Amino acid sequence: MTDIKKDFPIFGNNKGVVYLDSAATAQKPKSVIDAVAKYYYEENANPLRGLYDLSVKATESYENAREAVRKFIGAKSTKEIVFTRNATESLNLAANSYGRENICGCSEILVAISEHHSDLLPYQNLAAQTGAKLRFLECDEFGEYTAEALQKALTPHTAIFAIAQVSNIFGRVNPIKEFAGICHKNGTIIICDGAQSVPHVPVDVVDLDVDFFAFSGHKLYAPMGIGVLYGKRELLEKMPPFLYGGEMIEYVTRESATFAELPHKFEAGTVNAGGAVGLHAAIDYIDSIGFETIIKREEALTELAFTEMQNIPYINIIGSKNAHEHNGIITFTIDGVHPHDIAAVFDADSVAIRAGHHCAQPLHQYLGVQSTARMSIGLYNDEKDIERFIETLKTVRRRMGYER
Amino acid sequence: MSDNMYNEILLDHNLHPLHRCGLDCATCSAAGLNPSCGDQLTLHLSIEDGVIKDGSFTGIGCAVSQASTDIMLELIIGKTAEQAQRLKTLFSKMISGEITDEELDELEEAGALQNISKMPARVKCATLGWNTLEKLLKENS
Repeated sequence: MTDIKKDFPIFGNNKGVVYLDSAATAQKPKSVIDAVAKYYYEENANPLRGLYDLSVKATESYENAREAVRKFIGAKSTKEIVFTRNATESLNLAANSYGRENICGCSEILVAISEHHSDLLPYQNLAAQTGAKLRFLECDEFGEYTAEALQKALTPHTAIFAIAQVSNIFGRVNPIKEFAGICHKNGTIIICDGAQSVPHVPVDVVDLDVDFFAFSGHKLYAPMGIGVLYGKRELLEKMPPFLYGGEMIEYVTRESATFAELPHKFEAGTVNAGGAVGLHAAIDYIDSIGFETIIKREEALTELAFTEMQNIPYINIIGSKNAHEHNGIITFTIDGVHPHDIAAVFDADSVAIRAGHHCAQPLHQYLGVQSTARMSIGLYNDEKDIERFIETLKTVRRRMGYER
Repeated sequence: MSDNMYNEILLDHNLHPLHRCGLDCATCSAAGLNPSCGDQLTLHLSIEDGVIKDGSFTGIGCAVSQASTDIMLELIIGKTAEQAQRLKTLFSKMISGEITDEELDELEEAGALQNISKMPARVKCATLGWNTLEKLLKENS
């Protein structure tokens, strides 16, 4: 199975580089790059409006991608699949458009403490604009959120609960289906950030019963600049547009407009058809490998790294003590070495890892750590990559001037 | 690549800083923040009659920011505010790769950070203390 790496041209063009930052962005298989090129070589025109053959082709490619996404996440209808730039824009769309109609000064918005800034700041802004109260659901030190804590945190005023399916720090899968059930009994909608889950676990939005589900293409081996917002049709129907302009209207007069049907109501302006085509190819690529294989590979590699790391006394792993609850994301600190310096030492050995607050400053404050280093696995990583990672890891303290 | 960035001078100032402590006699303090990583430090100076009598820093940061600030304090204590500002200007020139050999000599141990000019991602770390110094001098001139 080590052949998977050969599907990714970047590794051929950067020999010796070990890429362990897939939670930030994933590398792209040749089939995705080729699909985008083919679209621009052979099919490009402005989709959705043109009355000529090429535009019809472009529209078909774009709408086929929407159908591929629908199938990929198990949505009932393509009307529920809105293309955006990325998960951040998807979450802003949900917070702004749903929030404008449904949040008032007496509402409460509950956000999980481990959320990425993109799943926190839209609600901070919404709360500031409406006077709603922003509250936080806290996890334990292992990154676990419990149903009891959620039940306790919900009040009759809680309108929105926002939580990632997989946190970009802990890597742990949150019990979204159970949480959605609890929220709905309380009359609360649940907005789920799926940016870190879709590359690693199969998702069925109907089974999860989430009201909104957001993800980016670029973490899913697709190009940058294409993202998805899934929303339940009955909610999207009632929501006002997020951005206004071309492609999202039905009829416009000097003073007013009626808006296009779903999902086009939320896709103002010329769309990223090339990106959507790339996302379609990425989904096809993932399907061709299959989640069973992906999960088996990633779990084995996570466990390999995790076990080695646990044996090193000066390394502290953030979150669960169980490798299986990390889904290819291991966030850690090394006693006495700042995470920036950790990443720089790894870089000297051509191993790419991330360091900083990973766009989750409130979580770092809550956990009492200034910043952390993070290694994250993609489907192309292999045992050799993990061995190189561990080799360098063992040298970091010595290279920073410590005796061992 | 980055391994030659972590030379002995830098590692030593990071592991055994001379000026990482509070400063009871401080006449002024200023906080500096590196928003890209959340690192922050506070610089304390005791300035009398335009001369920096003593100085220290507190806060958290990577080896580059800690060592750079420690070396900076070692350089500027005993100097006038104008001389300190000149050193800050020279340091910025070094980081942007525009410094002459004579100017580099003036920077003494701070010259150990010259390689940072080739590491754009770490420039903010190296200049955190120096930018805070400039802010403090401006506020107290």
